[in-house]
Amino acid sequence: MPAREGTYGLLAEFETPGDLVRAARKAHDDGWRRLECYTPYPVEEAAEAIGFHRNKVPLITLIGGLLGGAAMFAMETWISVLAYPTNFAGRPTYSWPAFIVPAYEWTILWAGLSAGFGMLALNGLPALYHPLFNAPNFRDGATTDKFFLCLEALDPKFELAESKEYLETMGPVSVVEVEY
Amino acid sequence: MATREVKPPDHWVDPATGEYRVIAPGQTFRSITEKIARIVLTPHTPMGWFGLFTVAGGGTMMLMVALTWLFLKGVGIWAVSQPVAWGFAIIEFVWWIGIGHAGTLISAILLLFKQSWRNSISRFAEAMTIFAVMCAALFPMIHVGRPWVAYWVFPLPFTMTVWPQFRSPLMWDVFAVSTYATISVVFWYIGMVPDFGTFRDKAESKIAQYFYGILSVGWRGSARHWMRYETASLLLAGLATPLVLSVHTVISFDFAVAVLPGWHTTIFPPYFVAGAIYSGFAMVLTLAIPLRKFYHLESLVTERHMDNMGKLMLVTGFIVGYGYGMEAFMAWYSADHWEAFTFWNRAFGPMGWSYWCLITCNLAIPLTTLWSRKLRTNIAFMFVLSIVVNTGMYLERFVIIVTSLTRDFLPSAWGTYRATKWDYMTFVGTLGFFTFMFLLFVRFLPMIPMNEIRMLLPGAKIKPKAAVGAGD
Repeated sequence: MPAREGTYGLLAEFETPGDLVRAARKAHDDGWRRLECYTPYPVEEAAEAIGFHRNKVPLITLIGGLLGGAAMFAMETWISVLAYPTNFAGRPTYSWPAFIVPAYEWTILWAGLSAGFGMLALNGLPALYHPLFNAPNFRDGATTDKFFLCLEALDPKFELAESKEYLETMGPVSVVEVEY
Repeated sequence: MATREVKPPDHWVDPATGEYRVIAPGQTFRSITEKIARIVLTPHTPMGWFGLFTVAGGGTMMLMVALTWLFLKGVGIWAVSQPVAWGFAIIEFVWWIGIGHAGTLISAILLLFKQSWRNSISRFAEAMTIFAVMCAALFPMIHVGRPWVAYWVFPLPFTMTVWPQFRSPLMWDVFAVSTYATISVVFWYIGMVPDFGTFRDKAESKIAQYFYGILSVGWRGSARHWMRYETASLLLAGLATPLVLSVHTVISFDFAVAVLPGWHTTIFPPYFVAGAIYSGFAMVLTLAIPLRKFYHLESLVTERHMDNMGKLMLVTGFIVGYGYGMEAFMAWYSADHWEAFTFWNRAFGPMGWSYWCLITCNLAIPLTTLWSRKLRTNIAFMFVLSIVVNTGMYLERFVIIVTSLTRDFLPSAWGTYRATKWDYMTFVGTLGFFTFMFLLFVRFLPMIPMNEIRMLLPGAKIKPKAAVGAGD
């Protein structure tokens, strides 16, 4: 577990997404690994720049969908064949073509719920508190029009004064230290 | 044949890039955020909102009265009887759920096709979907006569050990509609999370900060989060697309699987889906036109949106027209006596007026006028047209359900249908309830997705390194 006191990291504010992406790419190239970009809308290039290319949401969705479809089909079969068999105009109790429709709907239902809630879980949300909200300029625009790069103190390369100077060379609007 | 080049109006094209412009020029990240957030975060609710809210609240009360009397007396207070056992309740169920379809089309299908113009209208179209599905889901529940045991439609283990019958399309409906409602809500909420983050940061009152803070689940816009978020949005869109097509397909099975002439046709699934999207776009226009005017959002919901929605209505309208044509053709081609009679009865029987009104509202008026861009971008015309199409689609369901049922195989069993005041009150009540929910939505939730609009701004483009200069 990381220490929950002291410095969380250094937060550099940039004016444009282009500046942020260039800075993030440079930091990643220089060997930084515990770093993160914050943008008011999805900037694909920023994630690419910090080396984040793949995520597990599609896998979770696939598993959820398959389980949902299989569960519904199994339940229909169990109900119609074993639990409550009924004779409608001599049709077979195991009427699998008719069972496809609810199974199809449940495939979508469970895939969709897995995608939505899986995404939130992988993101570690809900997390109503985060150290970055302590930064004076973060809440004033991270969700509106400002672009941030955060170098986290957990990175082995992190050293407060040096890292601050390093960030200053990238032409940010400001660099602030963020406390836990 | 000479082709005439159709030039778009000059103010639609961005002179810098030569591309179509989606939103009006001169907007920045901050200006659009202010514009949208102000509607919700202002302490001054416009008087007009209160006025409309009162009217819609009255409609909701009427629905409550109609439902209370229904629960006390039973479905006998409606006009449903033999031979028309499916009256207004099922007409309205199909109509409302059809309206919802355009919301999903805009938010999911147009997202997959990278139609970025949809960004301005996607959120309130989704909200429209959810409230329309709420209204729709009410009807089967109250139509069964014993709403307190409506949960029997779900496969739940209870003491009687009775289970549902999965070979019935009515049972498929339960799963189609409940899945549709759930996925729509999830998609809608996930889409709003980043905007709730913006509201949390912008809110000045403590209550609003807590309220939006909790709704935003601590969203902070991290690049890794955004990537997973984008993946999840695309997956949800990819899942909602087959879902929305399946929902009205399953609803059309309620009719098509029955052996009744006029219902038992294979054209129903595509024809129902197209009709659903047709009426849904009409409802989006009915809502969007007053909204953009009232909240001064003309720079975000532009003429181009009207134009594009008009085109989509033209396409779906023609599919619906094909459906009507195919019904008429099959009535003749099938050489089936009952089928031919049903068609004749629809057009020239005692309820023939409804068929010709439907043809006028759904085909004659929209499919002749929507070709003209001048009319498609004429706001007043589009508003009137949207009401006309909504009426037409209501009549379509009326024609399908009522005229087919009034006269079936045995002339001695023929009857008629005349809706009672309770039928009308329930219908008008759901309109009130829908408006009521929609007004709450525009007052308290972000009705235009700010994070998606930001991506449309010129400032969002990442300039290549060369353009910035070698100096840096």
